[in-house]
Amino acid sequence: MTASLSDHPHHHDHARDHAHSDVPSDPAVRTKALESLLTEKGLVDPAAIDAWVDAYERKIGPRRGAQIVARAWVDAAFKAQLLQDATRAIEPFGFLGREAQHLVVLENTAAIHNLVVCTLCSCYPWGLLGLPPRWYKAAPYRARSVIDPRGVLAEFGLALGDEVEVRVWDSTAEIRYLVLPERPAGTDDLSEPALAELVTRDAMIGVAKVEAPKGKRA
Amino acid sequence: MNGVHDMGGMHGHGPVAPEDEKHEPLWHAPWEARMLGITRSMTYPKGFNIDRFRHIRELMPPHLYLARSYYDHWYAVCVAALLNGGLATKEEIKSGHAAAGSAKRNDAARADQVWTSQKTQGIFTREVATPPQFATGQRVRARNINPTGHTRLPRYVRGKVGVVQIHHGGHVFPDTNAHVQGEAPQHLYTVAFSMRELWGADASARDETCVDLWESYLEPA
Repeated sequence: MTASLSDHPHHHDHARDHAHSDVPSDPAVRTKALESLLTEKGLVDPAAIDAWVDAYERKIGPRRGAQIVARAWVDAAFKAQLLQDATRAIEPFGFLGREAQHLVVLENTAAIHNLVVCTLCSCYPWGLLGLPPRWYKAAPYRARSVIDPRGVLAEFGLALGDEVEVRVWDSTAEIRYLVLPERPAGTDDLSEPALAELVTRDAMIGVAKVEAPKGKRA
Repeated sequence: MNGVHDMGGMHGHGPVAPEDEKHEPLWHAPWEARMLGITRSMTYPKGFNIDRFRHIRELMPPHLYLARSYYDHWYAVCVAALLNGGLATKEEIKSGHAAAGSAKRNDAARADQVWTSQKTQGIFTREVATPPQFATGQRVRARNINPTGHTRLPRYVRGKVGVVQIHHGGHVFPDTNAHVQGEAPQHLYTVAFSMRELWGADASARDETCVDLWESYLEPA
């Protein structure tokens, strides 16, 4: 596909030469200046900024994904639907939204371990997991997950046997991936909310397993 | 474009630095939260979209792309968008104040619109009139092409053969949408490539990488 370059002169002027260099060096200072300017010009409402920050601090976070995982662990019919059509299965939870409108859920088993990355930018299921962790957006993870996933997992303290197949999912489109971790042994007597508390963000990205609560480990 | 952003398979960036998620702060500095809020709620030029956002980010000079942090990339994109769209001047960005006599708009997104925006934005499925060219289970080759504009075809899969895992239906095509040349939706597929196909005989014989690819990125194999 040969995209037109008709808009490049503009990018050359602004994106390269000015916007990316000729501004205050401290990001805190230049961000504050940008907010002031946009507010003066009526291009942003500071109350809307506050509301977005509040949404990600208090409402949109990994507890959402954890609820889905716990439901799948206790409800076989839901789990089947989740693996068949995650977008439709998750709809009743009310979690569909930005960066979580088109979903695929990947089941980790004793034989297959799934791992999610975005090599080209940092696509992430924000609507289900909230703010992405810093390492997910950084070069080492983006660069190496697709060529050396076992080495990356080892840096998270997760060693997988040779008999396990590792499947890496590079989020190059608007499909957002969520890993359904294995339910840990010894949790048969736990309620759905108690199970949800065990589920970590890292396990839903695929860089960790969910551990049984202390005293229940096999 | 074959830019620094296309990182899959690169060496030399060092180890991943995981943070314990129980103790990791949501923000690593207060300005990050403000920058997220600005990016989500500011007024963009007409026709602006997520693919354009990603493309402008890719146009950062490589040394700055690697040196600056994630939300600082967002700052750079927002500023470039404002300048490109004529919504602000270089002097205004630098000073943090509107030029004397400049017009003030009254149509910025409001706080009470945030939740609607959150729920309704980001739907990229579209009807495509033509039937899908490829079927699940079919072998396909990622084309060896090197567009100088925006593309979501990573370098590390170009020329490689994989198997279609999922057909997702029609999705907005980033390569045109990023240049405000229309959504031009195409069929989207998840294609699985073996690690040996991607990285050679020393790679794991068992592992694979799945990549989401639009129809025009692919040819029969």
